[in-house]
Amino acid sequence: MEVTTKNMPYAAWKDNEYIEKLVDELRAHGTNVVVGSLDKLINWGRSNSLWPLTFATSCCGIEFVSLGAARYDMARFGWEVARSSPRQADFIMVAGTIVNRMAPVVRRLYDQLAEPKYVIACGACAVSGGPFKKSYHVVMGVDQIIPVDVYLPGCPPRPEAMIYSIMQLSRKIKVENFFGGVNRKQKQEEFLKDHPLNEVKD
Amino acid sequence: MAELQEIIAALQPQATFEPGDTLTVSIPDAQWPDFARQLRDDEKLRFDFLVTIVGMDWKDKMGCIYYLTSTTHCRHLAVKVTTDNVEKPMLHSVADIWHIAGIFEREVYDFFGIVFIGNPDMRRLFLSIDWNGYPLRKNYDENPELNPVTTDSERQSDFTDTYVETADGTVEKKEVRVFQPEDFVVNIGPQHPATHGVLRFRTAIDGETIKKIDVYMGYIHRGIEKICEKLTYPQTLHFMDRLDYFSAHPYHHCLCMTIEQAAGIEISRRAQVIRVLMDELSRIASHCLFMGTFCMDLGATTMLFYTLRVREQILDIMEKTCGARMTFNYECIGGVMQDLHPDFVKDVKALLAVIPANIKEYNKVFTGNVIAHNRMDGVGVLTKEDAISWSVTGPSGRASGWACDVRKTDPYSIYSELDFKEIIRHEGDSMARFKVRMDEIVESARIIEQLIDNIPEGEICVKVPKVLKLPVGHWFRTVEGCRGTFGVYLESDGTTSPYRLKIVPPSLPAAAVVDHLTRGQKVADLITIGGSLDYIVPDMDR
Amino acid sequence: MFDFSFLTNWVHTTLLQYMPEWLAITAECVLIGVLLLLTYSVLALFYIWYERKVCAAFQCRLGPNRVGPWGLLQSVADMFKILIKELISLKYTDKFLFALAPYLVILASMLAFAVLPWGNGLQIINFNIGIFFLIAVSSIGVLGILLAGWSSANKFTLIGALRSGAQMVSYELSIGLSVLTMVAFAGTMNVVEIVEAQSNLWFIFTAHVPAIIAFIIYLIAGTAETNRGPFDLPEAESELTAGYHTEYSGIHFGFFYLAEYLNLFVVSGVATLLFFGGWMPLHIPGWDSFNMVMDWIPSVIWFIGKAVLISFIIIWFKWTFPRLRIDQMLALEWKYLLPINLVNLVVMVLIIVYGIHF
Repeated sequence: MEVTTKNMPYAAWKDNEYIEKLVDELRAHGTNVVVGSLDKLINWGRSNSLWPLTFATSCCGIEFVSLGAARYDMARFGWEVARSSPRQADFIMVAGTIVNRMAPVVRRLYDQLAEPKYVIACGACAVSGGPFKKSYHVVMGVDQIIPVDVYLPGCPPRPEAMIYSIMQLSRKIKVENFFGGVNRKQKQEEFLKDHPLNEVKD
Repeated sequence: MAELQEIIAALQPQATFEPGDTLTVSIPDAQWPDFARQLRDDEKLRFDFLVTIVGMDWKDKMGCIYYLTSTTHCRHLAVKVTTDNVEKPMLHSVADIWHIAGIFEREVYDFFGIVFIGNPDMRRLFLSIDWNGYPLRKNYDENPELNPVTTDSERQSDFTDTYVETADGTVEKKEVRVFQPEDFVVNIGPQHPATHGVLRFRTAIDGETIKKIDVYMGYIHRGIEKICEKLTYPQTLHFMDRLDYFSAHPYHHCLCMTIEQAAGIEISRRAQVIRVLMDELSRIASHCLFMGTFCMDLGATTMLFYTLRVREQILDIMEKTCGARMTFNYECIGGVMQDLHPDFVKDVKALLAVIPANIKEYNKVFTGNVIAHNRMDGVGVLTKEDAISWSVTGPSGRASGWACDVRKTDPYSIYSELDFKEIIRHEGDSMARFKVRMDEIVESARIIEQLIDNIPEGEICVKVPKVLKLPVGHWFRTVEGCRGTFGVYLESDGTTSPYRLKIVPPSLPAAAVVDHLTRGQKVADLITIGGSLDYIVPDMDR
Repeated sequence: MFDFSFLTNWVHTTLLQYMPEWLAITAECVLIGVLLLLTYSVLALFYIWYERKVCAAFQCRLGPNRVGPWGLLQSVADMFKILIKELISLKYTDKFLFALAPYLVILASMLAFAVLPWGNGLQIINFNIGIFFLIAVSSIGVLGILLAGWSSANKFTLIGALRSGAQMVSYELSIGLSVLTMVAFAGTMNVVEIVEAQSNLWFIFTAHVPAIIAFIIYLIAGTAETNRGPFDLPEAESELTAGYHTEYSGIHFGFFYLAEYLNLFVVSGVATLLFFGGWMPLHIPGWDSFNMVMDWIPSVIWFIGKAVLISFIIIWFKWTFPRLRIDQMLALEWKYLLPINLVNLVVMVLIIVYGIHF
C-alpha cells in the first residue's frame, strides 16, 4: 500500500520502508470491510486536521512562527489552528531544548493532551540534546520523557523541513487502526507503565 | 582612569587597584555596602548603572566582580569583593542600592552558592529548589544521578529565605512569605502564548488587578556558561547564536571582539564592515519580529504577517551569505567565515527600498489605531531612574529617556565613523518602547545605506593560530544587541579554553522589572508590558 | 417571489391525510429538527472555512487548500477528528455542570434559529414577540459560558467566564436598545411583519440616520455578544490561553467552537432582519424592472447572502483590531454606546412621530 498525501509522489518520501513495515504489521491479520472503511474515514479526518499546541522553548519556535507566516503558510494543510490549551490540540511540536526543570512541564502537557495525541521532536536539542550534549541541565532527547512519533533534525530545522515532518506524521496517522488491531493507545499505556508519575506534595 | 583611582582612594583607603581594560578595585566585604552607596551617590562618581555581577570561583577563594557604569560621567569600574570561605561563602548584599542587584545576586547564589546577607529573596533563580550543588563551582559534580531528569512536578514553595546579620555579627536565616495565604495566585506560564517562551509568572491578582508577580526563570537554562569552560575558544562561539536567536550577529560580534582583544588580533576593515552590516540587518529583522509578536499579543494577529514579510527578506539575504536562516555562526575569530554573496549588495538595496513603505504601512495598520493607543499609552511607565536602577537597557531603556546605546557611549568596531541618531523618547510607556523600535529600524537602515556602497576590499579573515591560547587575564566587553547591552566577561588561565565565560544578557533585567511595572495594572497590561519589554527567554536563562 | 408557505402547507395537508393532527405536528417537529440540525452543521462548517479563508486573505496567505477543492473539506475533516477525540474528564469538578455547559451554549444559538426569517414563508415559528424571544434565548448562552468557566475548576476559565459575564450583561443592553429602536420604527415585534414592512425599501434607508447609528451600535455590540475580536476577552488567547473553554476537549470543545460561528450567523441574521430587510430583495421604488430582476433571486439566498456579508464585516474586525482591555470594553459600553443609544431611541421616536422618514 502506498501511503502518500495530495500532490506528493510516493517515491519522493524518505523512510518508505518504515511506513511499509508499519502497514504490514498493522494489516497482518487483514481488516474487516466495514471497519476498514470506517477506519479510512476517521484517518482521513485525523490526518487532515492536525492542530498544533502553541508551545516553543527556543529558536525552533521562531521557525515555527515563520511556518505560520505567509511564505510557508501551514494553513494550506489546515495546521494553522494552533491551540493554546493542550486539551484541544492534536500534537506537540517540541520546538527547542527541554531542560531538567521543563521536563515535568512537558510531561504534564503531554498528559493533558486528549487522545489521539502525537509528538514531533523538532530540532537537534529535542532529538538528542544537540549542541548542549555536555550540559548538566538538558534532557538528552525528549523521548526520555514522552513518546515521540517523528524526529526532525536541524538546528533549527527549516520551515520546509517542519512541513515535511508534519506531513510524515499525517502519513503515519493515515495507516492507524481506530478499531481493534494494534492501537497506539496501548503503546502509550505501556509507556506510562515504564515511566510512572509520582504524587508530589508541596 | 588615574583620576578615578584618586577619587576612590580618597574615599576608601583600604581599596587596592589593578589596571586592565576596566579599572578594578578590590575592597573587603565589610566595607562593600558603604562603598557601594558612595559609588552611587557621590557627585564625582555616580555609578548608577550596575551592568552585571560576575560570580567567580578562584578555587582558593570565592567572590564577585561588580561591573559598574556611570551614566553621567561615562566611566566604567569593576569592583572585586572576595571571601576566603569556600565552603559557605557569604557576602553583603547591595540589593537596596541597585534594584537589579537583587536578581543578579540570586543568579550568583544559584551558580556559586554565595549567600548575600541582606538580600530579601535568596532563592535559586534558574535551577529548581531541590537541585544538588552549585553548577558553576569548579568542584561541581556533574554526575547526572545526583540530579536526574524527573517527570514529577517540581516542588513549589511560597516561602523564601533571607539572611540577616545580627548586632553581634552572626548571620541568621529567616523565612519570608512570598505570597500570603489569602492571595489568589494564577500561574501564567511556562507554556503560555504570551510569555514569549518558557517564562513563568506566578501572579497574585485581585479581580483583574495584579497585586504581585513572582518571576520564575530557568525553564530553558541550558548551562551555556559551564559548557563553555570545557570547550576551546572557537567552539564557544556558536552558543552566542542560541542565546538571543535574533541578535545572533551582535552577540557573536561581542565574543569575537573580546577574544580578539585578548589575543591581540587585528581584523581587517572589510570584516569589520561586514560585521556591522550583519548586526544592523539582524537589528531590523529582530525589531520587525518584535512588532509582529507584540501586536499579536495585543490581539492584532494580522500585523505579524506584515512584519514577517520584511524579516523573511532579510533572512533570504542572510541565508545567501551565511548559509542558514537563524543560527548563522558567521563571525569567527579573526573576521568572518565566508565572503559576502555576489548578490548581497543588490539584495540589501532592494530591502532598503521597501523599508520606508513598510513602516508607513505598519503605522497605518496598527500605530494609528485608537484601541492600540488605549492599550499602550501610559501603560507600564518606567521612569529614567528606575530604568537605570533596574538596568533596563536597549530600546526599552531608551524609551525611558536613558541614552544607553553602546554604539554611542562606547563605540566599538566602526560605529564611531558612522552617522546615525540614537532614538530617545521620554514617555517610558509601552507606546514609547514600541515607537523607539520602529524608529530604530529606520536608523539601522541609514547605517546600512552608508556602508553598502563602501564595502572595502580585503581579506575577510586574518590568520589565527590553529590552537588559540589566550594570555592570563580578564576582559569585559559590551555591545549593543538588538534588545540592549550585551556583555561578555572572559577570564583566561592561559589554556585553550576559558576559565570563566560570563554572559551578560539584556533580557534578564527586562524580565526582572516586570513585577515593578505591573503592580496595580490589569492582567491584560501584563501582556502589553511583557511584550513591549521584548525579552527573549533563552537569552535570560542561558 | 416563491412563497415557501405553499410548500409547508402542502406538507401539512399531505401528512393530515394519513395521520391524526397530533401525530402530524410531531412528525413535522421532528422533520424540522432534523433540517435545523443539518442547516446548523453545514452553516457552521461553512463559516469555519469562510473565516479561515477570509483571515488568510487579510494576512496575504492562501488558507486551507489541500483538503477538497479550495480546502472546502477542511472543516469537514476537522469535524471528523473532533467527533472522535477523547473527552477528558477532570478530577475535582462538577461533572454534571461541566458536561451541561456546552449544550446550553449550543442550545442558545439553536433556539435563535427558530425565529430567523430564512425565506418567504420559511420560518420555524411565527409569533408576535419574535424579536423579544430572540433576545431572550440568545442570553442563555452566557449561562453556559459561566457554567463552563466555573465547573472547570481552573483559574483561567474562571476569569474568562467572569469577563464574559460582565461583557454579556453590558452589551446585552446595547443590543436590546438598538433592536428596540428598530422595533419602534417597525411598530411590531413580529418577524414576518418586520420583513413585510421593508418590502419597498429596507429600514436602513427608510429610517436613515437613527437606523444607521443603531446599525453601527448593533454591529459593535453584536461582535461583543459573540465574543469575537476585538472583544474576545473571555477567550483572550494571549492572556487566558483559551479562556472559559480551556479545559474542554473533543466534541464538547467542538460545541463551543461551532456556537461561536453560529452566534456570528445569528447576529448577522438579526442585523439582516432589522436593517436589511431579512429575505426581502433589494427594491428601489420606481425602478420596476430592476425590482423584477431582484425578485428572481430566491429569498433564501437573499437572507443567507446578506448575513454572510455582514459576518464578513465582523470577521474583518477580528483580524484588524487589537483586543480591548476589560475596563476599556466596559467603558465603551457604559460611557459611550449606552448614552448614544438612548439619544438615538429618542430621535427615532421623534422621527416616527413627525413622520420624517421615507
